[in-house]
Amino acid sequence: MSAVLEQIFQVGFLAAIIRIATPLAFATLGEMFSERAGVLNLGIEGIMLLSAMTGFTAASLSGSLWLGVLAAVLTGALMGAVHALFTVALGLSQHVCGIGVTLFSSGLAYFLYRLIFGQQSVPPNIKGFETLPIPILSGIPVLGPAVFNQFSLVYMAMLSIPLAAFVLYRTPWGLSVRMVGENPRAADSAGVSVIATRFQAVILGGALMGLAGAFLSMAQFNAFTFGVVSGRGWVAIALVVFGRWDPWRSAGAALLFAFVDALQLRMQASGLGHIPYEAFLMLPFIFTIVAMAVMSRNAVAPSALLKPFRREER
Amino acid sequence: MFRLEARTSTPAWFNLALPLLAIGATLILCSGLIALAGAGVVEAYGVMFSASLGDSYAVTETLVRATPMIFTGLAVAVAFRAKFWNIGAEGQLLAGAVASCAVGAIPMPGPLAMLLMALAGAAAGAAVALIPATLRVKFRVDDVVSSLLLNSVIFYALMALIEGPWKDSFSGYPISPPIEDTANFPVLLEGTRLHLGVVAALVAAPLIWFVVARTTLGFRIRVTGENPEAARYGGINVERVLISTALLSGALAGLAGVGEVGGVHFQVMSDISPGYGYSGIVVAMLARLNPLGVVPAAIFLAAVMTGAEAMSRATGVPAFLSEVIQGTALLAMLVALLFTAYRIRRVGTAK
Repeated sequence: MSAVLEQIFQVGFLAAIIRIATPLAFATLGEMFSERAGVLNLGIEGIMLLSAMTGFTAASLSGSLWLGVLAAVLTGALMGAVHALFTVALGLSQHVCGIGVTLFSSGLAYFLYRLIFGQQSVPPNIKGFETLPIPILSGIPVLGPAVFNQFSLVYMAMLSIPLAAFVLYRTPWGLSVRMVGENPRAADSAGVSVIATRFQAVILGGALMGLAGAFLSMAQFNAFTFGVVSGRGWVAIALVVFGRWDPWRSAGAALLFAFVDALQLRMQASGLGHIPYEAFLMLPFIFTIVAMAVMSRNAVAPSALLKPFRREER
Repeated sequence: MFRLEARTSTPAWFNLALPLLAIGATLILCSGLIALAGAGVVEAYGVMFSASLGDSYAVTETLVRATPMIFTGLAVAVAFRAKFWNIGAEGQLLAGAVASCAVGAIPMPGPLAMLLMALAGAAAGAAVALIPATLRVKFRVDDVVSSLLLNSVIFYALMALIEGPWKDSFSGYPISPPIEDTANFPVLLEGTRLHLGVVAALVAAPLIWFVVARTTLGFRIRVTGENPEAARYGGINVERVLISTALLSGALAGLAGVGEVGGVHFQVMSDISPGYGYSGIVVAMLARLNPLGVVPAAIFLAAVMTGAEAMSRATGVPAFLSEVIQGTALLAMLVALLFTAYRIRRVGTAK
């Protein structure tokens, strides 16, 4: 047990948690904005994959990582708009549309990647983001090198949590988002455009999912592989439930999940006896399902989640 | 001026016209990608068609490919009818494959082995589907998320098996030992891969149609899906219906895995399903959740998959086009379904 505790407080371990949490935090915040406005986005898995692909491709062709990030964010926003077109403008089933967006986006990602890069025995890679130590802060013992010697995208994720909370709880637009997610009829009477607000929230959410994809292919793996997302989008959906649709709690949930994931990686590496490594790989998923069962009693989903809004139907 | 008007009923020919409309729109939209890859659209679709439905051998290959998707399509159709959002057909299929492979490896007379494989596979699929249904009924956990996450859990469990105790000690490949030769499903047409499971799928579709349309359970499933409040008021135990639906749905998805083990691969490997569980959602939606419609819808997707591989070899267009077609077809079908709820009416000025 003490060996486990020792590992937990290693710099490398803390840094790993934060790196694993970063794409999850982006994705979870993105899904949260969408759901707070009343739109479940099951397209997240495919949107992250397509963004990871476009980001990687743009960076690899232009040589600029930030151009890659921009491409990924725009891809995410565009696919968010597509999901909103189907679910908000046309009022179609959010479950099935989301699966459709995921199937379409993943298919398109694979198709375009194969078209651009061909079939290669060794997948092409790029020189991804390098860590950017923050002066003074990175000198703090243990915490410094773990938290303040990270990729710039990690800092963006850290800043986006308070920013998301501020936008959601302290700005008029955030109020509109919460209103259209809780009581679209009342929001409409108060002069808030339900359709426009939902569109904006889903597009913003898509852009954040794009950032998650960008991190995976341009900071974590520095390559695009077909398994680059491997269920992280689905996990983000569960983390939103687990985080009770709140930016702080959702980010906390992402950190907790990252802790379990980093722990399983360590236990896997330390060759913990004869336990197959797959047992560790499934651990985070089982943990999430159990956590959802435990938390669900307190879970308060936005009232209008999954409900399309049609003004003429009263 | 045009106006959207709510419809109260839809003519019967819509059941055929809407999927065809969606498929037509899909093929037109995806032709852009073919052109982008620098191939002739007519040529590419031509190769796709002739390689999947052009001659009798191609047709049998397409039917073999359609079989798991008929089962997963039925699984999803039954579940969605009750609004049990089973996105876990993929995991249930894998569980069915593993269970039937374990049973099929035990030496026993062929017919008995096949029967037990089917039972074990169906039971395993049903057991997996029971988890999200129970979580929803007892703990109010969203079934979409839990059934989705379970797919990953089952996949890793399968990997642990084939990289651990089941690993081929001779070759070192992560594949399970093969099932007994006597347990291999009989081939029905000499020189093809058309196996017993294909017939089972073609029989299952009308059977499930009968269950949904003509039995008490089917009635309960439909009422629970359409109006759970009314169902409850009418004395239907909605929770119990959801559990029964999950068991039926999971068993069907499990049978998809049984067919792949007994009739196609005769063992289990990591890529035994290239996403047949997710394709089942596309199939079910194209079929408008009608079990009879599942068969042609699955054959269409199977034709796209087999055709895409031939098209890729002939024209260089990546075979991943079939995945794009699946996603586009699902979205196009959803849009087409709007015509069942609304009609476009010309109003005003002309008079």
